[in-house]
Amino acid sequence: MSALAPLPPFLVFYAAALLAGFTRGTLRSLILLAAPLLGGLCVYGLGSGELLRFEFLDYTLVPLRVDALSRVFGYLFLTAAFIAVIFSLHVKDTLQHVAALAYTGSALGAAFAGDLLTLFVFWELLAVSSVFLVWARRSERALAAGLRYLVIQITSGVLLLAGTLLHLQQGGSPAFAHIGLDGLSGWLIFTAFGIKCAFPFLHNWLIDAYPEATPTGTVFLSAMTTKVAVYALARGFPGTELLIYIGAVMTCFPIFYAVIENDLRRVLAYSMINQIGFMVCAIGVGTQLALNGAVAHAFNEVIFKGLLLMSMGAVLHVTGRSNGSDLGGLYKTMPKTAALCIVGALSISAFPLFSGFVSKAVIMTAVQDAGHGWVWLALLFASAGVFHHAGIKIPFFAFFARDSGIRASEPPRNMLLAMSLAALLCVFIGAQPDALYRLLPFAMDYDPYNASHVISQLQLLCFAALAFTWLKLQGIYPPELRAVNLDFDWTYRHLLPGAYRGMLGTLQPLDRAIRQGTADMARDAIAALFRQHGPRGLLARTWPTGSMVLWIAVLLGAYLLAYLLAW
Amino acid sequence: MPGEREHVFDKPHNVRRLLYALYSVCALLLGVEFLYHRHALHPWDGWPGFYAGYGFFGCVLLVLVAKLLRRFLKRPENYYGEEPEP
Repeated sequence: MSALAPLPPFLVFYAAALLAGFTRGTLRSLILLAAPLLGGLCVYGLGSGELLRFEFLDYTLVPLRVDALSRVFGYLFLTAAFIAVIFSLHVKDTLQHVAALAYTGSALGAAFAGDLLTLFVFWELLAVSSVFLVWARRSERALAAGLRYLVIQITSGVLLLAGTLLHLQQGGSPAFAHIGLDGLSGWLIFTAFGIKCAFPFLHNWLIDAYPEATPTGTVFLSAMTTKVAVYALARGFPGTELLIYIGAVMTCFPIFYAVIENDLRRVLAYSMINQIGFMVCAIGVGTQLALNGAVAHAFNEVIFKGLLLMSMGAVLHVTGRSNGSDLGGLYKTMPKTAALCIVGALSISAFPLFSGFVSKAVIMTAVQDAGHGWVWLALLFASAGVFHHAGIKIPFFAFFARDSGIRASEPPRNMLLAMSLAALLCVFIGAQPDALYRLLPFAMDYDPYNASHVISQLQLLCFAALAFTWLKLQGIYPPELRAVNLDFDWTYRHLLPGAYRGMLGTLQPLDRAIRQGTADMARDAIAALFRQHGPRGLLARTWPTGSMVLWIAVLLGAYLLAYLLAW
Repeated sequence: MPGEREHVFDKPHNVRRLLYALYSVCALLLGVEFLYHRHALHPWDGWPGFYAGYGFFGCVLLVLVAKLLRRFLKRPENYYGEEPEP
């Protein structure tokens, strides 16, 4: 450690974001590239422990806490940012560059946050900085999807803050450590993490917004938000049994949607939930092996999902389309992109020698060791399904299938370079898993390459491919269609607005009747007053003085009479 | 496209070759099954051909169920009142 105060990595990115806002051209490109490299040096140089702390009100806040778990996520975000920055170097849009750097900084801030209040601050900064990557698409759809995304993300932050404050009020420590599901505060924080982690029924923001973001923005988005949530769950709720079942559901339900979804970037968004499901499940198991598996899979998923999203982003960039129904035959003019996409597809499908294999194997072993046989079967089904919808569907409908007649050239060189880097990492980690295993939070003695495992995985995948071939040749495979498939967001995009309109429809006549009735009553009252007090009204008449005196005499007489009678 | 050079999968026999390669790999993987003792993880995975069958029938089921779901879930592109993508 140097004598200087340690430099938090998020500051590097916030400073770079500021500089990127005021520079152009080559200088800005250099700043963009320097940020992840400097950030990497900075994380490498940090010792372990609570490196920065200060008192705020009665609490000790720790904006920089480094341990094995936060360090590996730090490296993950930096690697992803480096690749994504290269992928977006051709972009001239200042907004996107600034947002991407600020977003990465916020993810690093969250990973190194040592207390819940600091975590909350970065949690919300993540939401606010990332939405600009969606809005930067500058289409009406993107604007609407971004707004829905922002509302849901901010809600997650509010729940986190509510849970934290309740936890503090009950005498809990602000330190971000194991939380658990005891009491309301634990549940509130769990739900906040669950929203960002795309738990079932809380997942639609991801499906809705990510495919609407810019081709380069989606690459950043896919790397950070959900992985921050996975990190937060791994720290706050390891060994929570509920997570095993939530994770199993997450691996299975999105693959059905992925099969019938037409927008290939949306297919990848569904597939992202499926992959996060594996991590969530492993966190629920909570053993050292399982947690290592979750972290390793998070690392690999960011790289191979990034690679797949980059390849589809490249296709979108050069053709302006990402729908399976519009694409096909692109391998003829984009062979390099096609080859790189296939590397990503093999990695996500967990083919031996590719990165997905070495981390998914750890999770499968840990789940089976913990005695969750049914969950293991669900994960195995999901593994075959991944190959089906992501491994085959994505490259097949984009680059092969029928010839769409589109003759697009390869994307800019920086895009190819970024994809090649990611592909290289996929193969390197697949061949040298120890390089990744060494980074993991717990020491691990695990070899994924034993004959049983390699052959059984190959059988699973090759017969899944056989199923695809058979279904396709028989004409059973559902065609790619331009359509919307209803998902849970139907409740807040159709049902609730519809119910609101329905309510207005019923209440309007009632409202009109009440207004009309009140207006009638007021008019009658005015007319009555006018009758009595108007120019011809009884009360407005002038009375002769004589009759006044007479009436007073009558009153006094009546009073006297009453007095005499009472006495 | 007319006047364009032929690409690898424009020739039907190349597609056929790829399919035959897949069929042979599948057959080979099933054959290997009997040559080594698998370290079973789950009571079911000691059955011969468990992974092959699970992979094949799992995926067929996946696609058939997804096709069925499409009947209930499919709506026109502008269902939510948004302009469809170009």
